[in-house]
Amino acid sequence: MDPTPSSLPEDFLKRTFSLLTSDTDHNSVSLVCKHWYTAERLTRRHVSIRNCYSVSPEILTARFPAIRSVTLKGKPRFSDFNLVPDDWGADVQPWLNAFATAYPCLEEVRLKRMVVSDESLEFLALNFDEFKCLSLLSCEGFSTLGLEAIATYCKNLTELDIQENGIDDLGGDWLSYFPENLTSLEVLNFSTLTSEVSFDALESLVSRCKSLRVLKVNRKVNLEQLKRLLVLAPQLTELGMGSFMEELVSSSVNGLEEAFSKCGNLVTLSGFWDATLLHLPAVYPVCGNLTFLNLSYANIGPDELEQILARSKRLVRLWVVDTVGDKGLEAVGSHCPLLEELRVFPVDPFDQKLGVTDSGLVAVSKGCPKLHYILYFCQRMTNAAVITVAENCPNFTHFRLCIMNPREPDYLTNEPMDEAFGAIVKTCTKLQRLSVSGLLTDLAFEYIGKYAKNLETLSVAFAGSSNLGMEYVMRGCPKLKRVEIRDCPFGDSALLSGLTQYESMRSLWMSDCNVTMDGCKKLAEEMSRLNVEVIKDEGDDDQVASKVYVYQTVAGPRKDAPPFVVTL
Amino acid sequence: MSVPLEHDYIGLSDASRSSDSSSNITSVTETQPNSVLNFKATELSLGLPGFSKNGGPTIMLGAKRGFADVNLDGSGKWALKGGSEAQLGGFEKSQTLTPDVKPAEDKKKGSGSAPPSAKAQVVGWPPIRSFRKNTMAANSSKNADVTEGNLASGGCLFVKVSMDGAPYLRKIDLKIYHNYTELSKALEKMFSCFTLGNGVKGREGLSESNLKDLLHGSECVLTYEDKDGDWMLVGDVPWEMFIDSCKRLRIMKGSEAIGLAPRSMEKCKNKI
Repeated sequence: MDPTPSSLPEDFLKRTFSLLTSDTDHNSVSLVCKHWYTAERLTRRHVSIRNCYSVSPEILTARFPAIRSVTLKGKPRFSDFNLVPDDWGADVQPWLNAFATAYPCLEEVRLKRMVVSDESLEFLALNFDEFKCLSLLSCEGFSTLGLEAIATYCKNLTELDIQENGIDDLGGDWLSYFPENLTSLEVLNFSTLTSEVSFDALESLVSRCKSLRVLKVNRKVNLEQLKRLLVLAPQLTELGMGSFMEELVSSSVNGLEEAFSKCGNLVTLSGFWDATLLHLPAVYPVCGNLTFLNLSYANIGPDELEQILARSKRLVRLWVVDTVGDKGLEAVGSHCPLLEELRVFPVDPFDQKLGVTDSGLVAVSKGCPKLHYILYFCQRMTNAAVITVAENCPNFTHFRLCIMNPREPDYLTNEPMDEAFGAIVKTCTKLQRLSVSGLLTDLAFEYIGKYAKNLETLSVAFAGSSNLGMEYVMRGCPKLKRVEIRDCPFGDSALLSGLTQYESMRSLWMSDCNVTMDGCKKLAEEMSRLNVEVIKDEGDDDQVASKVYVYQTVAGPRKDAPPFVVTL
Repeated sequence: MSVPLEHDYIGLSDASRSSDSSSNITSVTETQPNSVLNFKATELSLGLPGFSKNGGPTIMLGAKRGFADVNLDGSGKWALKGGSEAQLGGFEKSQTLTPDVKPAEDKKKGSGSAPPSAKAQVVGWPPIRSFRKNTMAANSSKNADVTEGNLASGGCLFVKVSMDGAPYLRKIDLKIYHNYTELSKALEKMFSCFTLGNGVKGREGLSESNLKDLLHGSECVLTYEDKDGDWMLVGDVPWEMFIDSCKRLRIMKGSEAIGLAPRSMEKCKNKI
C-alpha cells in the first residue's frame, strides 16, 4: 500500500517540519490533514501574530507548545499618525504572562505597535533565562529604565533593537548596565534614542562582543568616537552612524576614512546626521560594497548625493530626504542600475519650497528598471509621469505615492490622478501594496478593483467620490489583507460591500468616512467571526461611527477594550 | 461653463486650467466662492495693508486648488482652518507665511476660527511617524542655510519678498516666470505701490535695461540678494543669471537704492 500523508510516522514528520523556515510553509503543511496538523504544531518554533487581537494568548499557547520566537503586532498602522487614541490597547503583558508559563525557553520577542511598560520589560528580563533577542518598533509606554532591566538580567542577549518608539528617554545610563561578562551581543540598535550614552561603556561593550555585526548608534556619538568603535569592530555588516557635525578637520577625524577602509563586510550604512561634504568622504571606502544606504536623516543636496552614489554601484535599497531634489534623483537614475527600493522622505512636510517632483520620479524609473518598491513624498505629480514610471518599471510590488496636499490634482492638466494609479495597477501585475493620494474619483478605484488582483495592502486618504469607489475595490481584489481608509466619502453600503472579504482579511480601518453605527451593527450581525469595533470620539453624534476597526478573530470580542471602544 | 475668475495673490490667471471638468472639478467651482469666503473669514490675516482682498473671484492654479477641494467632500467632515493652511502648501495663501511661523505648531494649536461643521485639524497627515517629524522639525531650523542652497535644484525656486514698511513677507516661486516682465507684473499685483506699469504701455516687453530705467523713476525699487550676500538691483543681469543667483527679493524705497546701481554694474561686469 502506498504511504499516504497521514500514515507517515510522526517523528519523521516532526523532523521534516522542523526544517521548514517560512511561516507560510508551516501554515500550509498544517492544513494537509489532522496528522500533519498535530505534528506541525509540536514543531513550530516561530509564530508571527500580525494582529494581537486576532487570537488570544491562551489559544496560541494551547496550539503551539514549543514556540521560541514570537512576533506580535498590535495597533492599527494609522496609530503611527496619531489616529488611534491613547489607551486603546495592545498591551504586551497578558502575552508575557502566558509565555512565562508556556514558553519558559522563549528566546526572541519582536513587537510592533504594542504598548510595553517598564514593568513588562523587567518581567521579560527576569522570567526567561534563555532570552536572546528583543526588538521594539513603534512601541510606546516604556522608558530607558526598562532597557536597564534588559541590560542587567539578560545574560545571553544577542539582539537589542530599539527603533522609533514612544520612549521616555531618561538618560543614557541604561547602556552601562550591561555586565562586563556579557560578550554575546550581535545586534545593537539605539539610533533613535536621544540621550547620550556613556562612551566608555559603549566602547567596552563593542570591544568585548566579538560577534557584533550590527551597530547603530545615536546622534550623540561623534565622528571621533565612531572611529574608535570602527577600529574595534571592523567585522560589522551594518553600521548606523552618529553625528557628522564637526567643524574642524582634525587628524583623528582623518583616521575615520582609514578605519572605514578596514570594514570590508559593511553592506548597510545609516545615520549620517548633519552630514556635509566636509566629512562624507570618510565613508567612500565602503560605498562600493553597500547594498542598503539610508540617508533619510541626512539633509544633503544633490551634489553630496551624487558623490556617494557614484561610488555605490551595488545599491539595492536607498532612502533619502527630498533635499536632494530632482537633480539628486537624476543621479540615482544614472548611478544605481541595481536599485530595487527607493524611499524619499520630506524634509518639511508643511513647507512647499523644497522637494522632489514628477520629473525626479521619472528619472529614477528610467535608470532603475529593477525598481519594485517606492515610497515617494512630493508636493505635486502628473498622470503622465506616473504612466511613464509604470512603463519603465512594470515590476512594482509596493507603490506608495504620497502627494502631500490632500486632493491635489495633476498639476499640469488639473485632472484627477485616476489615470496614474490606473496605469500602475494595469501594468504592475505583481502589485501587493498600494498607497494612493491626490485628487481621485471612483474611477481610480474602479481600476484598482479591475486590475489589482494581487493587491494585499491598500491605503487611501481623501479620495473617491462615492460608495462605489470602495465597493469596486472590495468586490474586485481577492487577496486583500489590510485596508486602511481615512477621510473618504464611503458610507455604510461601501462598508457592507466587503462582507465576503473581511474574514479572509487581517483588518479594515475606516476613519472620518460616512459610516454610521447602524451600518456597523449590520456588519456585526452578518459576520460573527469578526470584531467590529467603533472608536467613539468625544462630541460624536450617537449615529456617527467616526473610527471603525474591523478584523477577523478567533478570540471573540476584546476583554480589555477601553470605554471608548465599542464592539458591536 | 463659466468659471469665476479671481486673481490670486501673484496676479496670474491660470491659462492652463483645463476646460473639461470632471464632476469633481465642476462642483469645486460651484462651491468655490463659498469655500474661499469661508477661508477668508478664518484665515490668519496675511495681506498687506492696502492690498486689496478684492471681492473678485479667484482662479486657483492647478497646484493651488487643494483647499477648495477640501470642502468638496460632501460630508464636510473636515476642512482646514487658517492655522493649518501651511500644510496644504498648494493653497495660495500658504505661501505667504512669515519665517517665524512654524507650520507644524500651528497645526497643533486649536484656533477657534474653524468652520463649524469641520473637524478641527487634519491630524496625522502627511503620514510620517513622530520620530521623523520631530527630528526634521529640529533639523530644519539648523540647516536653513544648507537647504536654501538647494533651492535651485528642486522643481520650485521660492524666494522671500519683503517690502520696506510692510509687516509681512511673501514668498514667490521664481521658476513660474520667464522674464522680468512677468515677475514685475506679479509683484505689482502683490505690492500695490510698485508702479512699474507706468510708461511701459505699448512696448513689446521689457528688456533688462528698460527695467532698470523704469525703476529709477518709481517710488519703489526692486532689489535682490545674491548668492554672495550682496544686494543688487533687479534687472541688471540676464534673467537666467538672475534666477540662478537670487536668494531673496526686497522692495526698497527708491532713495535707499540709489547707491546700489554703480556697484551692481561693476559686479556684473566682473562676472561676465
